[in-house]
Amino acid sequence: MNSRDEAPAWVRYLFLFGALVFVALLLLLPALNVLAQAFVKGAGPYFSSIADKDTLQAIFLTTGVAILAVAVNTVFGVAASWAITKYEFWGKSLLVTLIDLPFSVSPVVSGLIYVLTFGIETRLGSWLDNHGIQILYAAPGILLATTFVTFPFVAREVMPVMEAVGIDQEEAALTLGASGWQTFWQITLPDIKWGVLYGVILCGSRAMGEYGAVSVVSGHITGKTDTLSLRVEKLYQEYQTQAAFTVASLLLFLAFLTLGVKAAVEWRLRRQLAEATRKAEPA
Amino acid sequence: MRRRNIPGFKTTMGATLAWLGLLVLIPLARLVTTSSGLSGSEFWKAVWSPQAVAAYELTFGAALLAAVANGAIGLLIAWVLVRYQFPGKNVVNSLIDIPFALPTAVAGLTYGSLYAPKGWIGRFLTPLGIEAVHNRLAVVIVLTFVSLPFVVRALQPVLEDLGTESEEAAHSLGATRWQTFRHVLFPSILPALLTGIALAFARAVGEYGSVVFVSGNIPMKTQIAPVVIMGHLEAFEFDQASAIALALLVASFAINGGINFLSRWSRRHEQ
Repeated sequence: MNSRDEAPAWVRYLFLFGALVFVALLLLLPALNVLAQAFVKGAGPYFSSIADKDTLQAIFLTTGVAILAVAVNTVFGVAASWAITKYEFWGKSLLVTLIDLPFSVSPVVSGLIYVLTFGIETRLGSWLDNHGIQILYAAPGILLATTFVTFPFVAREVMPVMEAVGIDQEEAALTLGASGWQTFWQITLPDIKWGVLYGVILCGSRAMGEYGAVSVVSGHITGKTDTLSLRVEKLYQEYQTQAAFTVASLLLFLAFLTLGVKAAVEWRLRRQLAEATRKAEPA
Repeated sequence: MRRRNIPGFKTTMGATLAWLGLLVLIPLARLVTTSSGLSGSEFWKAVWSPQAVAAYELTFGAALLAAVANGAIGLLIAWVLVRYQFPGKNVVNSLIDIPFALPTAVAGLTYGSLYAPKGWIGRFLTPLGIEAVHNRLAVVIVLTFVSLPFVVRALQPVLEDLGTESEEAAHSLGATRWQTFRHVLFPSILPALLTGIALAFARAVGEYGSVVFVSGNIPMKTQIAPVVIMGHLEAFEFDQASAIALALLVASFAINGGINFLSRWSRRHEQ
């Protein structure tokens, strides 16, 4: 064992062994257990659990909600980053703090606030109900809660990149007669794209895996308002353990995919940031 | 103002404020307006009911234990990842982030099954008389999992930057290994270690999904605060639910303030 540690060999092996035991017990075993329990009856039941119509519905709902939440938060996140990094104005740091606010809100509370806003007891809720519009215990409520919990992700990743890139190139493009939109698409976006993508990955991963907030607003209607996480819970409560782990395994694969893509993007994002910082420094 | 010539301020600022207001601020304000239906003493009774207090004790106590456990486990893992070379090191390094990416319901499901009497880990614990499902130990274990990456990720860059020079110097001056650790190494990693522990604590306090799967949700024993909120919600006691939600929000701001203070101190310390 090659190392930068002066300790005697037995101490080093003890440390290495200890660290690996913790990694195995805390991280590896839980992941392997998901797969083992999902395939406990073999591949046939595994795939028929996925093909179950209520599970398929959960896959569609979760994917659809995640795509919309990510789209909306990406547009907002880039707009907010533009407003915050390109101009000076009073209350800027307050605005940044407010954008980060959803990260401090407990998942259950994130769902609760929409129950309080759209519940049938409120004036807004009863008005919507009279007009046949359902927000709570339906897809729109799930979308709202998911958008709330993933609200800051893109803005938070894009802001530092935009800040580092500076405004010199945009000013040059505008002076040469480019329109605002042209400048954004052709100058700004290429400079921030890895930051945007990184935020999108974090946002999408959290959106598909959210449980607490969605659990409050979903109503748990089988075949209608169950997301993947809620489907896991319901199958588990119905003692369909193998099916619960099968749905969980889909979320596990998603987690590994996220980690892989994240690692690839992270590397490019770091390079982009370093380049932007270098360019911004006067020669 | 130098930056006046970049267009789009009104559009982007308008969109930002509209989005923030409609999606975040107005719904959050409903917590205040709903709980204001309670009188001062009713508010206090909701926030400080025996059931709520027991839930706070569990939430904060279990989160603290998990964060401290992560201080030790995270230090060991970060040390091994930075200082040692071994086959599969990159794989181990990327496994550390699993808790960041794994949906919380999956974590709860698999931890519940691992520690059940017949589970892969539970079958070894049961003969020893240790139970780790539907009790407080189960909560601490699953919170240790969800907050595991923070200490490792906080320590890695600091340990990288530290190098081995000052330790070698201490050694050549005749310090024992323990003295070197105690007086040279530990003081320089302490700020990062504390920041990592604080971040892990904040994450564990906010955790919900995995805990409800493993805790059994027994009132006064294994219920965390959000479960108490859920109970009020299911009984249509919206004002009580909002009162406890507000208390949690304030606690979370206080923790964030503490973390900001710690990380500023830590950055000053590094310079």
